[in-house]
Amino acid sequence: MQHNVYIYILSMAVITYAIRVLPLTLIHGEIKNGVVRSFLYYVPYVTLAVMTFPAILTATQSTVSAFAALVAAMFAAWHGKSLFQVMILSCSIVFIIELII
Amino acid sequence: MGRRQWFLKGLKDGIPISLGYFAVSLTLGISAKNAGLTAFQATFTSFLINASAGEFIGFSLIAANVGYLELIIMEAVANARYLLMSCALSQKLNKDTPLAQKLIMGFGVTDEVFGVSVAVEGKLDQFYTFGVIITALPGWSVGTLCGVMLGNVLPSRLVSALSVGLYGMFIAVFVPQAKKSKIIGAVVAVSFALSFIFAKLPLLANISAGIKIIILTVVISLGAAILFPVKEENANAA
Repeated sequence: MQHNVYIYILSMAVITYAIRVLPLTLIHGEIKNGVVRSFLYYVPYVTLAVMTFPAILTATQSTVSAFAALVAAMFAAWHGKSLFQVMILSCSIVFIIELII
Repeated sequence: MGRRQWFLKGLKDGIPISLGYFAVSLTLGISAKNAGLTAFQATFTSFLINASAGEFIGFSLIAANVGYLELIIMEAVANARYLLMSCALSQKLNKDTPLAQKLIMGFGVTDEVFGVSVAVEGKLDQFYTFGVIITALPGWSVGTLCGVMLGNVLPSRLVSALSVGLYGMFIAVFVPQAKKSKIIGAVVAVSFALSFIFAKLPLLANISAGIKIIILTVVISLGAAILFPVKEENANAA
């Protein structure tokens, strides 16, 4: 059976939107439970950390350039550089290192 | 800061995200083309969905001509992490945020929009997130379009350099918090270590990236919540 591409696309869109919007709209007010609150407090940092590492190492053409970008970005972020500065720094480092190697 | 200032700050913070999206979605456009989608279909998908892993999986399943239900299930699995992000955002917003505005915000819950929104000190003004969405998300659709049309023409060195940008932004969000709180620092270190083990253990290598993210997020965050419950004033800031 041949499927319709637009039905594919729209069903993907509907399920993805539902996942994104339901907790936002269904959870009213503040959650009182201490464990749940603490859990949600840690979620952002954990998610971002597990998405970053080790995936960053395979994002570029060479592990060396990616690793250098990782170290430089962490150093710059630690010293209070902005989102934009950290991003430009990591891209530049990858570009320069891949020119050399 | 007033609503207007938040909105303008959001527009500004969305620009680097947009550049990173452009780079990543170029490769997405190439995979859409390989799956047999037209430039319009691929761009339409990116406009509606704005999710890297979810779209990559979607395109490969479309190419495999799977059933609709199978596609929907896999899409839900690949994007399940947004459920957690949306929960976290529900606690970050002011109580009186109108429903219509939550419906708009929900459309834009991507990893990066979420990342900068939770990084805001104190409560989140929804207009900040709207600003980010307006400048950031078009980069995703435009990149997908360019990927389909000229993906193989762009210098690979440039694509490579841009591809690291989104990770740079993630780092810029969690590292300053890790500096402020030793517990978050330790939680980040544990996340790195377990994520690395998950990626390297042969037994776990076949689990999709989306599932790994959600398993690790739930396990580590729950562990941290039980071991180091957050005091009230900190939890309000999250």
